[in-house]
Amino acid sequence: MAQALDLELPAGARYALIGPNGAGKTTLINLVTGMLAPDGGSVLLDGEDITALPAEARVKRGLARTFQINALFPQLTALESVALAVLERDGHAHNWWRGLPRFGAQLDEAQAILESLRLESQGNRLTRELAYGEQRLLEIALALATRPRVLLLDEPAAGVPRDETARLFAAIAGLSRELTVLFIEHDMEVVFRFASRILVMVGGRILVQGTPEEIARDPIVREVYLGRARHA
Amino acid sequence: MLNIRWRPLEVVFWLCTLLPFAVAPGYLSLASQIAITALFALSLDLILGYAGIVSLGHAAFFGLGAYSAGLLAKHLWAEPLTGLALAGALSGLVGYATSHVVVRFRHLALIMLTLGFGLLLHEAANSASALTGGADGLQGFRVPSVLGFRFDLYGTTAYGYALAVLFACFLISRRIIHSPFGLALRGIRENATRMPAIGAPSRAHLRKAYTLAAVMAGIAGALLTHTTSTVSLEVLSFGRSADVLVILILGGAGRLYGGILGAILYMVARDQFSGANPQYWYFWIGLLLIAVVMFLPNGILGGLARFSRRAA
Repeated sequence: MAQALDLELPAGARYALIGPNGAGKTTLINLVTGMLAPDGGSVLLDGEDITALPAEARVKRGLARTFQINALFPQLTALESVALAVLERDGHAHNWWRGLPRFGAQLDEAQAILESLRLESQGNRLTRELAYGEQRLLEIALALATRPRVLLLDEPAAGVPRDETARLFAAIAGLSRELTVLFIEHDMEVVFRFASRILVMVGGRILVQGTPEEIARDPIVREVYLGRARHA
Repeated sequence: MLNIRWRPLEVVFWLCTLLPFAVAPGYLSLASQIAITALFALSLDLILGYAGIVSLGHAAFFGLGAYSAGLLAKHLWAEPLTGLALAGALSGLVGYATSHVVVRFRHLALIMLTLGFGLLLHEAANSASALTGGADGLQGFRVPSVLGFRFDLYGTTAYGYALAVLFACFLISRRIIHSPFGLALRGIRENATRMPAIGAPSRAHLRKAYTLAAVMAGIAGALLTHTTSTVSLEVLSFGRSADVLVILILGGAGRLYGGILGAILYMVARDQFSGANPQYWYFWIGLLLIAVVMFLPNGILGGLARFSRRAA
């Protein structure tokens, strides 16, 4: 779906990726994170070519993502899920001879990540028992546990009731400023509030990009994308 | 899973495994067969219950262990503990080699692969009759004793030996599932596609789990050789792979004790039923399997856990 396109994320950016369904937004994330192999082109992280690396190796280099449709571990508790990601990151997940309680530092960090997303009281509940909105937050917690430098959020608020969307994006806005964030989102109010820059994708291409003010004024964007909402 | 302390029921269970010595001395041979089958089921649980690898050829590793222990006793020496170690190592080596292929596949392809691998070894052992004795089995050796205890006619030593090895392997399995690696395996079972996105090398984890399970299955096979002083071609049969799968599903996969409980029920029931009507044995097992899968999808142990939660 994604055709020849050129995208650059400066460190610390808060970018929104918008565009109609089928524009290739998720495909772009799949290509960047190594879940799909591109036909051509290259992916650079801090100037280093990571195009040939498998997905898990890209995560190890600091490139994490979340999923539009929850991709969680239903029968693990929230704390176990996050601890798993932390243990993988620290290179302990191969350890089969020491009990989990011996990994106090990793468990504490997992608990702290849950706290940062206000999930601390849910740590010992099974993922499948969490409310949907909490599961969306756990999606982000899993990505944060890999300690990313670049975080790609695929519709983090998908399916979340409007009044809870704000809480979710407040959590995203509160992430470290050193973290580079690109998020896909359909709610324009949210996009204009949280993005420092907006990319508009249509038909597998980045049609236009700019600051929220520029995008709001752009006649092509109004015609192709924002216009649809007006007519609807 | 963060609480890894022993529960009282577990302690009671393991104490009960000593009961046959006192109350059923006539059944010690059966008890040792059960312990061996339980160990075999436990090894399958590591890959099926925890990592989600469905295998219909797990007897390959059981048979490898059984034959290597037999050949070692026949041609080199009959000391069983080194035999166990070597049989486990050989099975693990073959398990590691085949794991590179096995972990690339899932679902039906995986089942067919493991099935094919099992059939292949079975036929290889059948054809190499000069080495294995073929359909007549491997005979003409005897393992006289273990650690100074002579194998007796009643199976006292056999059961003690099998139970001790089962318990040791159980302790290791218990440690594995409570470790970070065990957590990673459960992660793969729960959502294999998410694992790469949290930086997990799923295939490397699966290769390791498959290898560990092969080692344990090989040890179970060697135990059978040591306690019976014979190896029949049946150790590699499809029937044995299918039986152990049924045992684990009946007992409850992914719960450590499921395979052990399944082995006890299955072997005791077979011993009782097949005396009366051997031809009906698989009829009852079929019925039981259907009932358990329909009404207790997590096996008997899963059903008990649900029941006790509801009662609490």
